[in-house]
Amino acid sequence: MTTQEWKFTAKDIASKPDLFLSGHRACAGCGPAAMLRLIMKATRGPTIVTQATGCMEIVGSVYPYTSWALPWLHTAFENAAANASGIDAALKAMRKKGKVKQEHIDIIALAGDGGTCDIGLQALSGAVERGHDFLFILYDNEGYMNTGIQRSSATPTGAATTTTPAGSVIPGKLEKKKPITEIMLAHDMEYVATATPYYWKDMLTKVRKGLEVNGPAFLHIFAPCPRGWRCEPGKTMEYSKLAVESCVFPIWEAVNGKRQLSTPSKLIALAPQKKKPVKDYLAGQGRFRHLYTPQNKHVLDEMQRFTDERWERLLQKCESA
Amino acid sequence: MSREKSWKEISIAGVCSKSSVGFMTGDWKTYTPIRDLAKCTKCLTCVMFCPEGAIKWRPEMGDIEFDFSFCKGCGICANECPTKAITMKIEGE
Repeated sequence: MTTQEWKFTAKDIASKPDLFLSGHRACAGCGPAAMLRLIMKATRGPTIVTQATGCMEIVGSVYPYTSWALPWLHTAFENAAANASGIDAALKAMRKKGKVKQEHIDIIALAGDGGTCDIGLQALSGAVERGHDFLFILYDNEGYMNTGIQRSSATPTGAATTTTPAGSVIPGKLEKKKPITEIMLAHDMEYVATATPYYWKDMLTKVRKGLEVNGPAFLHIFAPCPRGWRCEPGKTMEYSKLAVESCVFPIWEAVNGKRQLSTPSKLIALAPQKKKPVKDYLAGQGRFRHLYTPQNKHVLDEMQRFTDERWERLLQKCESA
Repeated sequence: MSREKSWKEISIAGVCSKSSVGFMTGDWKTYTPIRDLAKCTKCLTCVMFCPEGAIKWRPEMGDIEFDFSFCKGCGICANECPTKAITMKIEGE
């Protein structure tokens, strides 16, 4: 990683041409689309993007249209990381033969939470173990949204999806959200981070840092989905902010395993009275509507307890680092 | 306009050949963002958060510009504007 920090202002970013173009067919207020448009502005030169099946692949490549202004490859649901390692190996071989003139080409693998936490996990784990030079970006909208809002392992407890419908039998999903960043951190990666698009400066810095790493890097980006979360399309960014403020999704980065909270989360750690209750984050999301009834109050309490527990554990880990 | 190739005629690994900039998504919208020029401080928050890239920063004008041919009327810009300079209105109101 270079020691020189990448400095930028809002105007620098706004003046950069889009690499994820307008005219894509994401729903109005799509969080992942907003996030994707932004993160593509953090690229530093020639870049190849490979994408697993998912919302952002579907909306960006409706035949014969493409929303990508750079080399882009799509493979099956489980293959984003495998594809990235293939590209990395191909570039190395072509460079040996003198067919690639560029000194460095960045590789970004993009997948949703289904393509990372469930289906793509083994390919990702393998690619990281082999040490290919790529940045894996997980955009987490907490479910299989484009196929009709099914649960994934990244869906939080209590969320109603079409496969975990809330009713008299179950109060939404019963299981906990998979701690994917902890799993990736356990691979001894040089760079692992979490980010949300509301804190875009922080997010773009993390993307650039991930690209600068010589080896695999993993970035977990929280991207609200108004369609699947059954919330107002205009509130996408508000929820990505509330998730950080209520410590449901704290943002941090780990360089060489050393964990450090990023500024918005650090401010909450320093002033715990600023921490918002989980209720504030859940309110207005249709997928948690059923939790506001008397018979489901225990789920809400359990979620608050679990969130606090995870936050405390994270603080301890950050302190010990 | 020439006929588009059928699925039998395209290459095995499909190649998307047209830029999506030619696909106007602006007609999806119900609400239209209206900006109050007096309140706008040009902080570019809306430019950052627009999922469509429909709000553009024009350095030569020193101002932002809405591209209504792509705006889907989601209202993120109105919700996030720190000075509440953007309001969402139904067209024709």
